[in-house]
Amino acid sequence: MTASRRANRAGLAFVSPTFIVVLVVVVLPIAWTVLLAFQKAKLVDIQGMGLFGNWSLDNFAQVFDSAGFWSSLTTTLLYTAGATLGSVALGLIAALALRKPFRGRGLLRAAMLLPYVAPVVAVAFVWEVALSPQYGVVNDWGRRLFGWDDPIAFLSTREYEVHLLGMHVDIPLALLTVIAFECWRYFPFAFLFILARLQAVPDGLEEAALVDGATISQRFRHILLPQLMPVIALLCVLRFIMTFNKFDDVYLLTGGGAGTNVAAVRVYDFLTARYDVGAAAAQALVLAAALMILLGFYFKLFGNKVQEES
Amino acid sequence: MTRKAALTRAHVEERIFGVLRWCVIAFLAVITLLPFYYMLLLSVKPIDALLLDPGSLLISAKDFTLTTYRDVLRSTDAGGQGFLRFLLNSALVSLGTVVLTLLAAVPGAYAVSRLKFFGHRQVSALFLAVYLFPATLLAVPLFVVFAKMGLSSSLVGLAIVYVAQTVPVSIYMLKNYLVTIPASIEEAAALDGCTRLQTVRKVILPLTLPSLMATGLYVFMIAWNEFLFALLFLAAVPGKWTVSLGLAQLSNGIEVPKTVLMAGSVVLTIPVVLLFFAAERLLTEGLTSGADKS
Repeated sequence: MTASRRANRAGLAFVSPTFIVVLVVVVLPIAWTVLLAFQKAKLVDIQGMGLFGNWSLDNFAQVFDSAGFWSSLTTTLLYTAGATLGSVALGLIAALALRKPFRGRGLLRAAMLLPYVAPVVAVAFVWEVALSPQYGVVNDWGRRLFGWDDPIAFLSTREYEVHLLGMHVDIPLALLTVIAFECWRYFPFAFLFILARLQAVPDGLEEAALVDGATISQRFRHILLPQLMPVIALLCVLRFIMTFNKFDDVYLLTGGGAGTNVAAVRVYDFLTARYDVGAAAAQALVLAAALMILLGFYFKLFGNKVQEES
Repeated sequence: MTRKAALTRAHVEERIFGVLRWCVIAFLAVITLLPFYYMLLLSVKPIDALLLDPGSLLISAKDFTLTTYRDVLRSTDAGGQGFLRFLLNSALVSLGTVVLTLLAAVPGAYAVSRLKFFGHRQVSALFLAVYLFPATLLAVPLFVVFAKMGLSSSLVGLAIVYVAQTVPVSIYMLKNYLVTIPASIEEAAALDGCTRLQTVRKVILPLTLPSLMATGLYVFMIAWNEFLFALLFLAAVPGKWTVSLGLAQLSNGIEVPKTVLMAGSVVLTIPVVLLFFAAERLLTEGLTSGADKS
């Protein structure tokens, strides 16, 4: 037996346990979701149902026709785009600020990872209490420092009227609040990756620019940013995918109310409120398809940068 | 003249960014530490003190109380919220997930990083693609299958779902570490007469220990913090609730004071945070290794 054939055999032998686990707990369930999406399936019927038969497109018709599908897709996109850009931008700023050593940097760096590692239920709950109109610290300080007349219900106000330079603007307050929460919770993730990349930038590059008289902003623009671009692009993709499918943050903060009904929460509602497995599967599938299309566009536009990175 | 102008611009920028940097550092410290301080503060306050002065960020010695913790930890029979039980459930599920995930991920990561076998590119692509599928997509069929098998309200079922969530990222982390171990070490072991399985067990696994620990910790944290599947599978069986689920369910009840729930949040957060700080360097390196090559 040649060495390459031996390696081939060993490789297949080593990979098969992992492969079987992934097949059973991930690939098969996803395949079954696809089947369920084309069947009329309430949870009570499932017991006696075969895998095949009764194919129809009813579930999809129902999903597309149902009130709030398109608005929830828009909400999801706004939420995802806002949270992705916000968390990556904040992570970049944090990484730049903490790049050079100072006293207590290690401690602060560790503390900054707290929002990311703490359980979502606990932190969502802290935000809820802090933002509460009745006993929240934010409203109390807002009234003391900024003279707010009425307490602001951050998590249950769909539209909040703002007076700015004589203009009245309605801002989607609850949606902005959940986006802020998401930025806060996930900027440490971007921070970690960008800082790791920053520390690998060769010193010589910047020193040469310094000798040539480049200012801080010029050095960032022309030296650091090009070096960081691949990791920033990768982070944007990763955060976009994860936020798009995010369920718990929004569910815990607002329950999907006040204009924050993102698609993942709708899937959950289909599943648990109506036990309509077919419709939930169809909705989840439509989401996955939308995500793939968006990613397809992205890779077409920025494909090279991301490919370099991975 | 131009040289002088450039110098002043550099000077001005240095000043501005020097100040700005400290503002950013202060801002980051406030937004990351204050919420956790607030959580801790409310958990040791009586509810009346909170309602009386919601803006206070300090606590007087006479207000300080630990009854909130007693309430939240005591079993329901004794009039508490039964969080000790929930902590035990969470610990069981999380540890089980760590063991199962590592068992499933280690051989796969080794194969993908070391061996050129037929289809190894496709397999590593598959493991990554799995990462892209939403948890909600998995939730539907798993919900149905588990309902059918009677696993839907058991901790074992939950651990299996968590394995599905954590295997891809574990393979990714382990693989990034394995490729840094020189192949010559394995060749030396092979010359000494080790079979491949022996090489993996006696040479590779001990060398991979830091990465195994980092991956295990990360998996533990994911399992401990998870909420959606716990809610889907266990909401109807209070005896099986994990801490996350227990806290979320209790916050829906109106009769439980917010300060008691804050004590619950602290209890839920402390184990992960302690673990994280104990192994911070290990974890951040395990997570970001590979981020610095482009």
